[in-house]
Amino acid sequence: MSVAAQANIDNHAHDDHHHHEPTFIEKYIFSTDHKMIAKQYLITGLIMGFIGIAMSLLFRMQLAWPERSFGIFETLLGRFAPDGVMEPGTYLALVTIHGTIMVFFVLTAGLSGTFSNLLIPLQIGARDMASGFMNMVSYWLFFISSVIMVSSLFVESGPASAGWTVYPPLSALPEAIAGSGMGMTLWLVSMAIFIASSLLGSLNYIVTVLNLRTKGMSMTRLPLTVWAFFVTAIIGVVSFPVLLSAALLLIMDRSFGTSFFLSDIYIQGEVLSHSGGSPVLYEHLFWFLGHPEVYIVLLPALGITSEVIATNARKPIFGYRAMVASILAIAFLSTVVWGHHMFVSGMNPFLGSVFTFTTLLIAIPSAVKAFNYITTLWKGNLQMNPGMLFSIGLVSTFITGGLTGIILGDSTLDINVHDTYFVVAHFHLVMGISALYGLFAGVYHWFPKMFGRMMNKNLGYAHFWITAVGAYGVFFPMHFIGMAGLPRRYYTNTAFPYFDDLADTNVLITLFAFLTAAGQLFFIYNFIHSIFYGRRAEKNPWKANTLEWTAPVEHIHGNWYGELPTVYRWPYDYSKLNEDESDYVIAGQDYVPQNVPLQENEEEMNH
Amino acid sequence: MTAFLIIIVIALLGVTFWQISKVFELSKPADASDSQIADDKDNNTQGKILLAFMVFFYGLMIYSFWSLSKFYLPEASSEHGSDYDRLMFISIGIIMFVQVITQALLHWFGYKYRGKKGQRALFYADNDKLEFIWTIIPVVVLAGLILYGLFSWSEIMNPEETEDTLVVEIYAYQFDWRARYSGDDKTLGKANVRFIEGINQLGVDESDEYAMDDIIVNELHLPVNRPVLFKFRSQDVLHSAYFPHFRSQMNVVPGMVTEFGFTPTTTSKEIRNTDYMVDKVRNINEIRKNNDDIAEDDKLYEFDYYLLCNKICGVSHYNMQMKIVVETEEEFQDWIDNQQTFGELINN
Repeated sequence: MSVAAQANIDNHAHDDHHHHEPTFIEKYIFSTDHKMIAKQYLITGLIMGFIGIAMSLLFRMQLAWPERSFGIFETLLGRFAPDGVMEPGTYLALVTIHGTIMVFFVLTAGLSGTFSNLLIPLQIGARDMASGFMNMVSYWLFFISSVIMVSSLFVESGPASAGWTVYPPLSALPEAIAGSGMGMTLWLVSMAIFIASSLLGSLNYIVTVLNLRTKGMSMTRLPLTVWAFFVTAIIGVVSFPVLLSAALLLIMDRSFGTSFFLSDIYIQGEVLSHSGGSPVLYEHLFWFLGHPEVYIVLLPALGITSEVIATNARKPIFGYRAMVASILAIAFLSTVVWGHHMFVSGMNPFLGSVFTFTTLLIAIPSAVKAFNYITTLWKGNLQMNPGMLFSIGLVSTFITGGLTGIILGDSTLDINVHDTYFVVAHFHLVMGISALYGLFAGVYHWFPKMFGRMMNKNLGYAHFWITAVGAYGVFFPMHFIGMAGLPRRYYTNTAFPYFDDLADTNVLITLFAFLTAAGQLFFIYNFIHSIFYGRRAEKNPWKANTLEWTAPVEHIHGNWYGELPTVYRWPYDYSKLNEDESDYVIAGQDYVPQNVPLQENEEEMNH
Repeated sequence: MTAFLIIIVIALLGVTFWQISKVFELSKPADASDSQIADDKDNNTQGKILLAFMVFFYGLMIYSFWSLSKFYLPEASSEHGSDYDRLMFISIGIIMFVQVITQALLHWFGYKYRGKKGQRALFYADNDKLEFIWTIIPVVVLAGLILYGLFSWSEIMNPEETEDTLVVEIYAYQFDWRARYSGDDKTLGKANVRFIEGINQLGVDESDEYAMDDIIVNELHLPVNRPVLFKFRSQDVLHSAYFPHFRSQMNVVPGMVTEFGFTPTTTSKEIRNTDYMVDKVRNINEIRKNNDDIAEDDKLYEFDYYLLCNKICGVSHYNMQMKIVVETEEEFQDWIDNQQTFGELINN
């Protein structure tokens, strides 16, 4: 099947040389070309990221200087901040939408959407995705859901504000909080469309990886990026539909009088007729996606890092098979650990024990990955490109954030740090910052492939170091205010004199947040400027082995002129020596691209 | 404070402009041969900055532990809490050990092996023994932690209910708490939101005889060294009853009754006199004295245990708290004897 399909596409490509020039709309808007769709995902994701990060600055200001009046609040928030003082409901709305945007719109669509689209066809040697049309629909559904999510910020009663997990009954009852009115409806509609988009994308990635690999590209010769995207897509297909069902049931509870999640509620002087539902059911459904979602966000970042580290270390990634096995183990385990978000939800304590066990199991493949990255650096010849720095940064934050997971994953210890700032620090480091570093590493590394130009490296360095200092400055001290028992999602901590001595640390954190955000200006400038004025890229600027660097710099329909490349080796033959160890396999060149056949005087490896 | 803020904003703006002007300078390729790919000079500089960053990062960790670990909650005031604290201490010890070693290796390798022209990287793709070692070590360590954790967990979550156990219902609503004691018959009367009417705020079933001696209060009093079993009930949305000083937390879920039990071991008076609390309260009062936003009468702070809501529940979530008093058995009896029972409440 795969061979036949490939042959068809080859033929198609051959008689395609004299096809019509695409119009502007075909080329830039309703494009079915995976490279253009990748760029659309990236730019939409970055814009959403800008909004999400800006929101975090606003609520960090409120946390550092509670109930202070700021001109900027009045300008940006208008009636949600009368006289420039942020209202409690506005604070909750900002926190909610910040979480939603960052998790789904930036780190799921922006990261996985961009790089799966760009790299899967290019790295497996395919002309395009299995279905270009479905791919286009996937992007446009994502675009629509982004528009709806952003438009929910402008509704009269305010956007959703029940936290990004939108637990009912709070999210189901407009009587309970104003944001659960129109804002919540738009949130649910937006998420439903988002899930459809994500599923279309994921199915496409899976089919493409399985069926469209070029000749010689066995599964064990896939770059780790593709492995990561492939497994991420599978996790998405398994878990996103469950979130869709949760969203649909919640819509029905809200609008059609069902009682899936509601029971025995007395609010605003009235008993509601709902009976028999359970909010805990919603929590189960939500986290059945919500936890795998962490890995949907993280695995692509880890895949990108594997590739970037190996290329820039001029060394094969250490333990390729162990890395693949870890990805698979993480994927499997990620679907059986969701209960660790619910240790104190009222769920049966026995289940808590089970989920503690599975959760701490997942630490093992994660640890293996971290050790393998460190070993890959050992005795390398590290090329400190910005992408490489972000990858090293990712390994660092992944370890720091991952380790505290051992505390949170332990049901006993979770009791007292659950829903405190300790959790906020943990997940921001391990999935937020790590995945963002992965995103940046990917952008710096594949910018030449996407736009045919180079990003400025000095601006990249400035961007990385400011971000690295700022991110640890924000999230490392945050563990400690969490250990003081400070709950998250508090509009202000001044209602408890006990927390008064934490105020200085909160100011410190906010200042670091501003520093970090200022660092991102370097990136924005560099990104936009380089698209138009960056130095023109050569075909293989990083001297990498994977197939995308054998494709011409200019973007063409079908990716390669003439025949598709044939693959003869795995992608990590960096600094491989010939049999008598006198020189590299190809004399004077420390890398052997995947499309180079086995050389004379070269020892054959397993791959 | 506002002046301080304005200065910061201005300073940040200044930095921004300064940096943007630098941006323009930097972004102009110095010479046409600048490929934007790291060369030996970059590798060298960035490798050294990486080492400097490691120093910063270790400095930040040391600073945090040195001067922020005082924020840690005081020693647990409940029986199971000391077990909890021990497990937490061990876990933090282990993760910081791993953290210090792995981060050092990561950054050190990054510095040590920074690229140089002519330097040959080692083609090193696999080592089963090494990988086996670093799979098995986490397995063993985690197995230990899991076992310890699970034993504590099952003990905490399945407290023995004795004759002596005090049963208290904690009732949550937007945005306050109520506590209901079971009274002399040691049995809580039935309740449901459908019975809420007038002064019967908790929806207690007025036809249930067990309900008549129940006592409803808005300040939680607990006798020291006596096991308490809390039964949680919510009237509207999810709340979470978080007793940080007792290492206890349980969500409060509308439509079901959740439970958590602990035995308080330190009275309010005792904890106020611990070194930890004396220092902390002195420090807080110092801060409050200099804060003009706080009304003169509210400035003096004295420590009391509290229960707070830890699950987002609406706009005033941040101020949903109840005072807890832990006292001797006699003081507790005195207090509870002076409270109105539910029967007295509805018959008045």
